[in-house]
Amino acid sequence: MNLYEYEAKEILAQYGVPVPEGRSVMTAADAEAAAKELPGHKFAVKAQILAGGRGLAGGVELAPTPSKVGEIAKRMLGSRLVTVQTGAEGETVERVYVETAVDSRKDFFLAVLVDQALAQIVVLGSRNGGVDFEDRVAREPGIVETLPVNSDGSLDDTACDGFLSRLGIAGDLAAEARRIIDALVKVFRRIDATLIEINPLTLTSENTFSAIDAKVSIDNNALFRHPEFAGLASSAGGDEIEMQAQKDEINLVRLDGNIGVVVNGAGLALATQDGISDAGGKAANFMDIRTTATSLQVARGIGILLSDPNVKSILVNIHGGGMTPCDTIAEALALALAWSDRKVPVVTRLAGHNADYARQMLVDRGIPHERCDSMRDAISAAIARAA
Amino acid sequence: MSILCNAETRLIVQGMTGRSGTFYTDQAITYGTNVVGGVRPGKGGKTHIGRPVFNTVREAMAETSADATMVMVPAHNAAEAMIEAVEAEMPLIVCVTERIPVLDMIRVKDALNGSVSELVGPNSQGVLTPGACKIGVMSTADARPGTIGIASRSASLTSEVVAGLSAVGLGQSTTVGVGGDPVHGIGFQRCLELFMADPGTTGIVLVGEIGGSEEEQAAAYLKANRAAKPVTALVVGRHAPAQRRMGHAGTLSVFGSGSAASKNAALKSAGVCVVENVDDVAQAMAGTMAAA
Repeated sequence: MNLYEYEAKEILAQYGVPVPEGRSVMTAADAEAAAKELPGHKFAVKAQILAGGRGLAGGVELAPTPSKVGEIAKRMLGSRLVTVQTGAEGETVERVYVETAVDSRKDFFLAVLVDQALAQIVVLGSRNGGVDFEDRVAREPGIVETLPVNSDGSLDDTACDGFLSRLGIAGDLAAEARRIIDALVKVFRRIDATLIEINPLTLTSENTFSAIDAKVSIDNNALFRHPEFAGLASSAGGDEIEMQAQKDEINLVRLDGNIGVVVNGAGLALATQDGISDAGGKAANFMDIRTTATSLQVARGIGILLSDPNVKSILVNIHGGGMTPCDTIAEALALALAWSDRKVPVVTRLAGHNADYARQMLVDRGIPHERCDSMRDAISAAIARAA
Repeated sequence: MSILCNAETRLIVQGMTGRSGTFYTDQAITYGTNVVGGVRPGKGGKTHIGRPVFNTVREAMAETSADATMVMVPAHNAAEAMIEAVEAEMPLIVCVTERIPVLDMIRVKDALNGSVSELVGPNSQGVLTPGACKIGVMSTADARPGTIGIASRSASLTSEVVAGLSAVGLGQSTTVGVGGDPVHGIGFQRCLELFMADPGTTGIVLVGEIGGSEEEQAAAYLKANRAAKPVTALVVGRHAPAQRRMGHAGTLSVFGSGSAASKNAALKSAGVCVVENVDDVAQAMAGTMAAA
């Protein structure tokens, strides 16, 4: 679960990470009023969306006066912000964050995350923070410094001193940076985060650090022990349809093609997507049905695809196994088609556990479909039917 | 021959009395796995589906000489179950549980450090030595005993590859699901070491995905230890949109590392036969086996 910036900053501030003073608001009038209460003479108005890439997409603007803050907020609120991470539809801005703008002397990057290969929490830092940081790292991976965190959450003093000196942070500022790093690691472990990213961590004209932007992601698998996050706005945010699918034990990502795909297993789903693209087609979605999904849940997932007017054909590519035999999916397909008013051509390729039984079931129930025996044939057929 | 498990393996199941524990233990017994007992704290002394239940892993090992455990404990207790097995010095731990918090897995890896245990998973379909021993939740209908070893990040694609290999007459020595979670037990590199050392394995298939660094590590290992056995690899996700998160949690790549193209390039440079589609794995493996 990704938190909105204002939620992330509130949590970080509780642990002593310095952030600019700010207010989250949902109307232009409140935005203007918030600016009047804030210290300073310059303000940042920031669209609160869950996707990244906001800065380059016009989701952050500076304003010299409270009335200008109101104008910008009016323009942003209700608009759809399209960033490199949102897909073509973008994400609607329902809230903006107004904060005191600070003058930067230097922008750092600081993040805490799990190094998968080392199975260890690590702190990453760079003296080249800012909006284009990710592009710069892709070109020059060497600008990122790493500091490993011990399994009990402590840091090795010598390693930390070295890390900070490689970032060019010395003296009193090094002590302050160390305090911030300790706080970030503490909050990371406390809230079961998978990522805390501060970019930029700005050294202000007053020679203090301030976290100007903050991204916090919480481990979805650990939410059972964090009831405190259930009430956050971000827990209800994101793509509504994808969230609905999640409740039905389906990982769904909507894409902009015209072939609706029904697949069990993430690997098979990626392989199906590769096959469709190679053959010149475009998938309307990524779907990974979890083994625990029932036929009713899968039927609702297929229903999502059927209700999308862009979907011109449905490709059912299933390898039955474990607790997802093919007949569960056949049952779901029959249900979903019965619920839908649309007649969308269906191509099936069923293999593995109960494949024969499921094929017979589709025939017996009179479900119109084109049956293929290989993935390659099924993909070609689905592309032809969508054309 | 095989790796990790065989007909002699004595298996216990942690969480045997739960719904899926019962279902898969029963399936394993039907397949012929030598299931010698189960563990469920508080239910020690009882019998479940014809097997004795113990309160602790240590007790179960003392009574049954078990040398492998399948962990089917719900996610919130799974890390403790794995750590208990590590502390009892269980040689093989296979965890199929999905959705374990990643910070819990860091604690498990910490416990594994310097221990005698091999961990497979979590979020893994398990380990299968066809005709001899099934530890997991995979389908076995298409699996045939043979000499091809498979290490895979995907359960569904393992089934595809197994079916394809069996169809061209290539049976499998052992299939290993390394698991879809970002922090997990043994990876491709360890599987390669085991398959290379196993006289019953003559060829190896790696099934990879975008994200993470399993494939890069495997490539580095193969470069340093020129493969005496042919290796075929498939990495899926070539056309996944770069900025959207798809698939396993493990596919979330950091700083753009782990694209299918970079993984394929690394594997090719290590002498691996890289195929682009799952349909092509079996033919490619058959071709390299004939050439070897």
